[in-house]
Amino acid sequence: MPKSTHSFFLGCAIPSMVLSYEIATRRIAKSFDIELVEMPEFSCCGLPLDPVSHDMMLLLAAQNLCLAEQQGLNIMTMCPGCNGTLCKVNKMLKEDRKLKETVNGYLSKVGMEFKGNISVKHLVQVLTEDVGYEEIKKTIQRPLKGLKVAAHYGCHILRPAEYVEIDDPENPTILKKLIEVTGARYLDYVNELQCCGATIIGAGRSPVDRKGDLSIQLARDKLIHLKEAGVQALVTLCPSCYRVFDVNQPIIERLFGEDYGIPVLHYPELLALAMGINPNDLALTEHRVKLSNLIEGL
Amino acid sequence: MNKETRKEENEQTSVIKMSETDSRFKYELSKIPGAENLMLCFQCGTCTADCPVARFNGSYRPIRILRMALLGMKDRVLSSDDIWLCATCFTCTDRCPQGVEFASVLRVLRNMAVKEGIIPPGFREIASNILETGLANKVARLQLKKREMTGLPPIPNSNPKRVAKLAEMVGFSKMMERRTQSA
Repeated sequence: MPKSTHSFFLGCAIPSMVLSYEIATRRIAKSFDIELVEMPEFSCCGLPLDPVSHDMMLLLAAQNLCLAEQQGLNIMTMCPGCNGTLCKVNKMLKEDRKLKETVNGYLSKVGMEFKGNISVKHLVQVLTEDVGYEEIKKTIQRPLKGLKVAAHYGCHILRPAEYVEIDDPENPTILKKLIEVTGARYLDYVNELQCCGATIIGAGRSPVDRKGDLSIQLARDKLIHLKEAGVQALVTLCPSCYRVFDVNQPIIERLFGEDYGIPVLHYPELLALAMGINPNDLALTEHRVKLSNLIEGL
Repeated sequence: MNKETRKEENEQTSVIKMSETDSRFKYELSKIPGAENLMLCFQCGTCTADCPVARFNGSYRPIRILRMALLGMKDRVLSSDDIWLCATCFTCTDRCPQGVEFASVLRVLRNMAVKEGIIPPGFREIASNILETGLANKVARLQLKKREMTGLPPIPNSNPKRVAKLAEMVGFSKMMERRTQSA
């Protein structure tokens, strides 16, 4: 019997951008005996369409929830954007009968019905609730002793608090505890909870000067503080935040003539390394900011 | 924003002719889910003080967008570039003492702008990807090959037909078609 079984909501940002997140997630799930069942016919969670059409967002999220209901399984997500959207719509439809009726009116035309009998969890909740810190600690084969690690939570893993309910959005501790369990040293830094700006990449930028890009400015502000704090690796949970800090980091260095060299890891990658999984099996070469120094130091 | 345009903006905003505003706009907005608490805004500025985008952008001010909406400056709000600058971090939503949920109000304004034919190219691309494939991001062939090489299972099939049917029923495909025609 597996410890827990989930319908695995892949989303589309991770498969299109960062396979290493998915690889590490599947590896550690297997180690902890967490069964991940694929979700056929899934679609976009709906989040990217919310600014264009709230109704369409609701229907996309609802149909994904229905797919898991049909499987009789709770959902596990990796992307905080997908997680927030599915949690929110799940709660909205469970609590608002009128909205549920309207949505089910549409869904019935495609042979679906939202019943409201499953829950949505993010990977970090599965790790902390289904597995637990003590169990995780037992699997650490290669403690990341002395490695100075900071966290970028990412807004959607915390907010809106009314729907996400993972941690206190003003003073979260879940990543601190999860990082410390690997043996690494957790570092605080200025503006730890500031947004990465991924959703507005490109905004505010002029054709001749990319320095004005709001997302570049937000990321640089954080990189400055991370460097000041002496951080050796940044841990994220979100593929979009990852894109801003890892993929865009060399661009920021070039634009501003600065040097950061801060590797960015998704939490399951950090955990997989501490569990002694061979780095070569984790496709870490995908990362723009090279992890070679970090891995050699293990 | 440079000094010149800020000066122009100030001149434009210094006098608001109420005859040119839509006094019913705030009531219209308040009826839409997400903007129900708009009229509770007492302009304290918490949303703006806590906004990460406002830190780095000279014109984006949530408090100003709320004021414009409350005053009924419908056309100017809906056509403003600023309504597309929110990064949806939801800090304002969680911290507003009045429960206004600015991020949701802004989403209502964005949805309304789209209905009027204003949609930034990035969002248009996402919408057409979803209508075509069911997913917002297209997964490049190289990524699919890498999946195979690293031993990941194939991405489960999506069901674009179902997505298209839902989009048609809710009037989304029609809205996007109209956009493409007018563009």
